[in-house]
Amino acid sequence: MATAFDSTDSFTPHSRHIAVVAAGLSDPSSTSMLGNQLSATVAEALSQRGHKAEVHYFELREVATDIAESMVTFTRSERLNTMLNEVQQADGVIAVTPVFKASYSGLFKSFWDLIDNDALTGVPIQLGATGGSPRHSLVIDTAMRPLFSYLRMRVMPTGVYAATQDWGATEQTDSVPNEAYLSQRIIHAGEELADVVSRLDPRPRQTSPKPKELEVIPFEQLLNGPHP
Amino acid sequence: MQFGIFTIGDVTPDPHTGKAPSEHQRIKDTVKIAKHAEQAGFEVFATGQHHNPPFVAPGNPPVLLSHIAAQTQDLVLSTATTLITTMDPVRLAEDYAYLQHLSDGRMDLTLGRGNTGPVYPWFGKDIRQGIALAVENYNLLHRLWRETEVNWEGRFRSPLQQFTATPRPLDDVAPFVWHGSIRSPEIAEQAAYYGDGFFHNNIFWNKEHIIQMVELYRRRYEYYGHGKAHQAYVALGGQAFMRERSQDAWNEFRPYFDDAPVYGHGPSMEDFTKMTPLTVGSPEQVVERTLEFRDWVGDYQRQMFLIDHAGLPTKTVLEQLDLFGDKVLPVLRKEFAKARPADVPAAPTHDFLKQRQAAGDAPVAGGGAESQAYRDRQRVQEAKSN
Repeated sequence: MATAFDSTDSFTPHSRHIAVVAAGLSDPSSTSMLGNQLSATVAEALSQRGHKAEVHYFELREVATDIAESMVTFTRSERLNTMLNEVQQADGVIAVTPVFKASYSGLFKSFWDLIDNDALTGVPIQLGATGGSPRHSLVIDTAMRPLFSYLRMRVMPTGVYAATQDWGATEQTDSVPNEAYLSQRIIHAGEELADVVSRLDPRPRQTSPKPKELEVIPFEQLLNGPHP
Repeated sequence: MQFGIFTIGDVTPDPHTGKAPSEHQRIKDTVKIAKHAEQAGFEVFATGQHHNPPFVAPGNPPVLLSHIAAQTQDLVLSTATTLITTMDPVRLAEDYAYLQHLSDGRMDLTLGRGNTGPVYPWFGKDIRQGIALAVENYNLLHRLWRETEVNWEGRFRSPLQQFTATPRPLDDVAPFVWHGSIRSPEIAEQAAYYGDGFFHNNIFWNKEHIIQMVELYRRRYEYYGHGKAHQAYVALGGQAFMRERSQDAWNEFRPYFDDAPVYGHGPSMEDFTKMTPLTVGSPEQVVERTLEFRDWVGDYQRQMFLIDHAGLPTKTVLEQLDLFGDKVLPVLRKEFAKARPADVPAAPTHDFLKQRQAAGDAPVAGGGAESQAYRDRQRVQEAKSN
C-alpha cells in the first residue's frame, strides 16, 4: 500500500519537531512569553544534544472561532486543520495556558478535545501555566496533568508555573534569594523535555498535505471477532 | 446517474414568522414534496429515520415510503438512513420486503448508525457497540433476504431456529443496500465486503475526508472481487439553494441558514459554503459545484440533495425542485454522461438486480473464487494446514 508517510525529513534526519500550543488571550500575553521562553530553551538544549529543533508555534487565540465552530458543526477550517496536524505529528509538545477559575482555560481544553485520542500516545509534553498569583500553581498537577495522561502522553515531571510576580524577580534583583527563579525553572524544564525528545526516534511525518491513511480492519474480523 | 432528494423531516420555525408547521402539516407536505420531485425529474426520494423532536421523519420509513409509492410512478423510494444499530434486523427484513412488493421493486435502502446518541439506550442498545451492532445486524439481514430457513445465533438478539422472514423479497431478489457512514472506515469496508453500495453524506464534511472514505471503499470492493474499483456503487449527499440571480439566493437563504438546526449559529454561510458542498447561488453555480464531486470520487451513481429543511416554506421547496428540474438536472445529466467509461454501472434497479442474479453474477459476500480476498484466505488456510 502506498503511504503518505516518510520516516522523517530526509534532508534533516536530526531534526526534532516541537509544537508549542499557547492559550494566552491577549497579545502580548504572559502565557505566550512563557511558551516562547520554554521553546527557546528546549531548542537550545536539543541543539546541545546534536539535534536541530524545528519549532511550530501556535497561538490558540488566532483560531478561537474556528475551534468553537468545529465544536458545534463537523467543519474544520484549513488553518485549524494545519495546526492540529502539526501538533499531532510533533516529536515533543509544549502546552501553556493561563489559569482560569481553578483550571486551564476553556479555549485550551477545546483545542485538546479536537485531538484524536491516540494521536499523541507516548509523545513527551512539557506543561506550563500562568496566573496572577502563585497560589494557583498546582493547576498544572491537578488539571493539566490528568488531561495529558488521558491522551497517554509522557508528561514531564517538572511543570513551569509563572505568577505575575515571577516576571520581575531574578537573582540579581531579589532581596530574598530564591532557589527557584522562573528562568531557572524554565531551563530545568527545557532540559527535561530535550533529554526525552533527543532519546526517542523521530516520529513519522507526512510528506504530502494528504490526510492520514484510513485503517482497514478486514471485515471477517469485524464479523467474527475476536471482539474487543 | 440518478438524482434524488433526501429529507430529515425537521419541524423548524420559519425565521420570518417564528412559526413552525404542525407535525401533521409537515408530514403531509413531505408527501407533496416527494410527488413534486418526481414531476420535476428527480429519480429518488429518501427519508431519514428519527425518534425525537424536532423531527417527524418516520420511525419506520416503509410507512411513509409505501404511501408515496402508491402515489408515484417511477420514483425510487429510499432511506437516508435506516438505523441498522437499534432496529431489529428481522423487522427490517420483513418491512422493507413488504415495501419492495408494494412499490414493485422501486426501492432500496441506506443503512446508517444514526447521529442521535440517546436512540441507543431508548431501544435498549449500547452506543459503544455501534459498529458491532451494524456489522452483526446487517449480516443477519443479508441472510434473512437470501435464505429461506435461517439458523442464527449472535451477540445482540435472541437466536433464530428454522426462521423464515416473510414476505420473501420480490422475485426472490434482495433489495439493494447502500451503507452510509461519514467517518467510520469499518462501514466502507462492510459495503465493499458484501458488494453493496456506499453512501457518503458529505454535507458537513471536508472534501479530503470524503475522498479518503470513497477511495477506501472502492479499493476494497475490488479486493473482494465484485468488480474494478471504478465500478463500485457510490452515492453522495449535497445541498443547495438557488435563485436565477446568485445574490437573490444568498439574501433569501441567509436567515434560514443562520437559524438552521445542526449548523446554524456556527460558521458563516460564506465559510460553510467554502468548507462543505453546500451551494448557494445560481443554477449554473449549483451545476458547476456538483460536477466537481466527480473529480473527488470518480464517476458515481447517485447524487442526493437536501432541500426541504431549516424551516423553508413548502412553496419555496417546490420552487427549488422546479429550478432543479428546469436548469440543473438536464445539464448535470449531460455533463456527467460525458467521458463516463462504458463499464461504469448505473445505480442498480430491481430489474438489473433480477437479471444479475439470474445470470449468477450476484456478489458473493467476502469475495468469490476469482477475488484477491479468496486467494488470501486460501493462502492462510494452506499455511495453517502445513
